Amino acid sequence: MAILELAHLKKYYATQKAVDDISFKIEAGQIFGLLGPNGAGKTTLLRMITGIFYPDEGSILFDGKKFDPENDIKHIGYMPEERGLYKKMKIGDQALFLAQLKGLSYQEAMTKIKFWFERLDMQSWWNKKVEDLSKGMSQKLQFVITVLHEPKLIILDEPFSGLDPVNANLIKDQIFELAKKGSTIIFSTHRMEQVEEICDQIALINLGKKVLEGSVTDVRQQFKEHLYELKLGSTEQVPPTSIFETVSQSSDKLIVRINEGHQGNDLLRYFIDQQIQVEHFSEILPSLNDIFIRLVHGTAAVTRSFHKI
Amino acid sequence: MNKIALVLKREFLTRVQKKTFLLVTIGLPILIFGIYAAIIYFSINSTSSTRIMVVDNAGLFKDTIAPSTGEIQYEFNQQTTQKALADKAKNKEIDGYIVIAENATLNDKIDLVTGKKIGMVTRSKIKDDIQSRLQKLKMDALPINQDLLAKAKTNNEVDIVNVNDKNDSGIQAGVSYGVGMVCGILIYMILLLYGTSVMRGVMEEKISRVAEIVVSSIKPFQLMMGKILGIGAVGLLQFLIWIVLGIGLKLLLIPILFSGGGQELTAGGNASQMQEVFAALGTINFPLILSMFFIYFIGGYLLYASLFAAIGCTVSDGQQDAQGLQLPVTLPIIFAFVIMMQAVNNPTGGLSVFGSLFPLTSPIVMMARVAQGVPEAVTVWELILSLMLLFGSFLFTTWFAGKIYRTGILMYGKKPTWKELIKWAFRKN
Repeated sequence: MAILELAHLKKYYATQKAVDDISFKIEAGQIFGLLGPNGAGKTTLLRMITGIFYPDEGSILFDGKKFDPENDIKHIGYMPEERGLYKKMKIGDQALFLAQLKGLSYQEAMTKIKFWFERLDMQSWWNKKVEDLSKGMSQKLQFVITVLHEPKLIILDEPFSGLDPVNANLIKDQIFELAKKGSTIIFSTHRMEQVEEICDQIALINLGKKVLEGSVTDVRQQFKEHLYELKLGSTEQVPPTSIFETVSQSSDKLIVRINEGHQGNDLLRYFIDQQIQVEHFSEILPSLNDIFIRLVHGTAAVTRSFHKI
Repeated sequence: MNKIALVLKREFLTRVQKKTFLLVTIGLPILIFGIYAAIIYFSINSTSSTRIMVVDNAGLFKDTIAPSTGEIQYEFNQQTTQKALADKAKNKEIDGYIVIAENATLNDKIDLVTGKKIGMVTRSKIKDDIQSRLQKLKMDALPINQDLLAKAKTNNEVDIVNVNDKNDSGIQAGVSYGVGMVCGILIYMILLLYGTSVMRGVMEEKISRVAEIVVSSIKPFQLMMGKILGIGAVGLLQFLIWIVLGIGLKLLLIPILFSGGGQELTAGGNASQMQEVFAALGTINFPLILSMFFIYFIGGYLLYASLFAAIGCTVSDGQQDAQGLQLPVTLPIIFAFVIMMQAVNNPTGGLSVFGSLFPLTSPIVMMARVAQGVPEAVTVWELILSLMLLFGSFLFTTWFAGKIYRTGILMYGKKPTWKELIKWAFRKN
């Protein structure tokens, strides 16, 4: 069942259409990647999902029912891109306060904070203040605060920015763990390599509109350019053929594009017939990064925030 | 509601648990008290004394000008020559000298030559001393009965009695004036201090970006109200501590002051006046003034705090941004202070009545009027109307500020203009 269903969501500001008719569905237990360049409308969209903004038009279904911020908010954990904590407040008190705001009782909150602090090796931080923490440490704290109340839906906006690889992996493992336990995760970013690694499903947003949606493999299949990489036994020139065109060749590595009407096997058969040894053969699927750049390029996404409508 | 309480608790505890809270709450009154004590001490025990040599060749002053005090001493000396005196003054051995020529009369000009700078107060004191001495000598020389003259010169007592207000008389009026002034100034300070404290709190939340996390858990309005009430509670606690301190000091200090100081005062002939002041203080309706003080404190604070919160949430980079927008909110407070100065003098004047009804100024102005007595200076219906207007507009400003707040708290970048703020307030969601 879909935990979140957006239908024709719109949010217009005075000078721009921040979110312009976006619809998609997120199944429970998925890790969903929400991608888009800066200023695409991601944050506005997320703020509508977290009940901070009301959409101008369209509807949000949460867990099959109409989204009711007042009550559903406690099932959502939101980590905004711009991290923020009370600088002068002790870390333990801070976690306690924010957990209680989510509706946990004092006792529940205490147990859960202790559990998470132990899990991420933060027990000794309790009496420190946020201003004494390094950026990475406060990031970890922020993550704990986001997931503390065991939300059904966890929204992470750029969760790895500013984290070293060790801590990034630590958080990544926690994300997988949470997903395994049944939490749904929306993961907003413009770092594509992370998306490929983590997400099941993605949606690409640009200029307030949804440009692309699907599973990571489907999307990459959809945008493939029929490129193959080959490693040949000999370095001699390959005679031209109608099956493929050579895109580039360097020593024994060859990148070719198969022409329409042919398949990988035709290519292999050709080399076998030519008596050329094939040591390595693989299809090159475009990275999400390439797809992203190809789709967003030329839409003046960067200057978008200044467009008048 | 529960969530407002959570925010309130956080705001309250983080402020009260700070070391500076106790320091300010207890240190500040002690500091102010200390400064006043020091001023009084130094003005009584003036360390610098001025010595003036008088060479009275004509015997004009009859060997005295005024009894020597710690401040000014007149020393009569016939032997010294003018030349020697001038040298001494030049070398700063004496502060000044007066030489009266042998043929001088009571109407002649007196020349005081000084060797050092003499302060304004001392100068006029010396002038007064000389003039009153000369005047007395001139009077004495008149061919009339000195007893009759003395009688003619005594001042008559003038008592002002208001038929509608037995408390509006003499010293009583002065005491009410003082109490009203103090209450007005206190409320003025509260509005500015706690108002800007709310503003800074909101700014801090916005700039550190905690606001977004918090409003993903609770409504912006709940956050705003929690903050306003929390800081208000800190203010109330501070006042309770001050009242307890004040009562404690009164119980402690009055016996000490008046066991030793009492006799001195009696000796000085001021005892009856002091007693009158205390009697007047006793007749002031303190329970009424205190309860009005707290009602106007709360009402005024809530009214202004929400406006200050709205200002705070429009700021995105720091203090400078706040200055410009803050002015329209601090202006009425300053304006109220000006009206209050009027109202203590003329509690029933048109401006005073207007000021005490208009909700943006009433907390300050009404306190000044209430001190002069209800129903003598303020009619009961005026008081009720003023309170209703105050709490009515508190509801309005809170609603208004809440609307601005929910937009502003997440808005970064360009500083909004007042026109935009009003647009935020009146648009849906």
